[in-house]
Amino acid sequence: MSIVVDIVLLTLLAVAGIALLRIRNLFAVVMLAGIYSLLSAGLFTVMDAVDVAFTEAAVGAGISTVLFLGALALTGHHENRPGHTPLLPLIVVSVTGLALVYGTIDMPGFGGADNPVHHHVADHYLEESPNEIDIPNVVTAVLASYRGYDTWGEVTVVFAAAVGVMLLLMGGRRSRAAASGDGRAGGDGPANGDGQAGGDGPANGAGHR
Amino acid sequence: MREEIIVRVGAKILTPFIIMFALYVHFHGDYSPGGGFQAGVILTAAFALLALVYGLAAVQRVLPPWFTRLCAALGVVIYGGVGVVTMMLGHNYLGYNALAPDPKYGQHYGILLVELGVLVTVFGVMASVFYLFAGRGRGES
Repeated sequence: MSIVVDIVLLTLLAVAGIALLRIRNLFAVVMLAGIYSLLSAGLFTVMDAVDVAFTEAAVGAGISTVLFLGALALTGHHENRPGHTPLLPLIVVSVTGLALVYGTIDMPGFGGADNPVHHHVADHYLEESPNEIDIPNVVTAVLASYRGYDTWGEVTVVFAAAVGVMLLLMGGRRSRAAASGDGRAGGDGPANGDGQAGGDGPANGAGHR
Repeated sequence: MREEIIVRVGAKILTPFIIMFALYVHFHGDYSPGGGFQAGVILTAAFALLALVYGLAAVQRVLPPWFTRLCAALGVVIYGGVGVVTMMLGHNYLGYNALAPDPKYGQHYGILLVELGVLVTVFGVMASVFYLFAGRGRGES
């Protein structure tokens, strides 16, 4: 039964991926990307990786779709055809893909219980976490306690990424707003340039479709 | 979309349940899939839904941008603070056993606090980035 679900999900993933490449309407591309994430989440659920599936569904299908829609409201809805022929990129991608497939030949069998990855520290986590940490969800135990340093690093990376986005987007807006504020007679600065009046950023963009 | 009565009422009804679900995902993360990261994203989704339906200005009256930026930094402080506290109690950085006489309870408290830090940071970061994207371009129009 699981193999049927796997085949259906992987087929739909391939269809969604090819459609993503072919379609030039960016609104459809954003929706397809959300569908692609949702299908991946389904695939992770079949593999019993529900925590990963949860994250993929929430971030990939949820928030990123909203962010993409917000970005689409600022740009056009149509992607121009590339000016160059896709031959060279196709060759590069094919060679890289073949090299990666060749690399997997040496890897141990998929999902095998004897694979090295399952016997480094995983045994300790699975056997000792009821005694050492005593919470049923081993994924949370590993993330927050055994690998607490890793998660600490992730949190700081997320924070650093946000600081980067703020520096890029807010800096530009403030200087432009200040410039337009100076241009006007009143001289009431950036506050006026930011103008809260419109109040319908992405709602407006999504509305007139 | 702001004139559609079904969308407006539906969004208003759904929002508290989405926020409740986010909190459930966080506090139940010890027992079921999920944790601070997913909870933070779901919490952001609740406000993003409101912003899509009611407009950005209405949501920013409830959740001002300075607050989301504060959250982004506060979560990092909570997470790192737990580590500093355990160090002051004589254990390793992020050694949760220090937080309670029984190491198991210490681990529970530590994980919950650390996940709270993740929740606050992820919520703050996602909401700030959403505000930046959604609010951009309105100044010129």
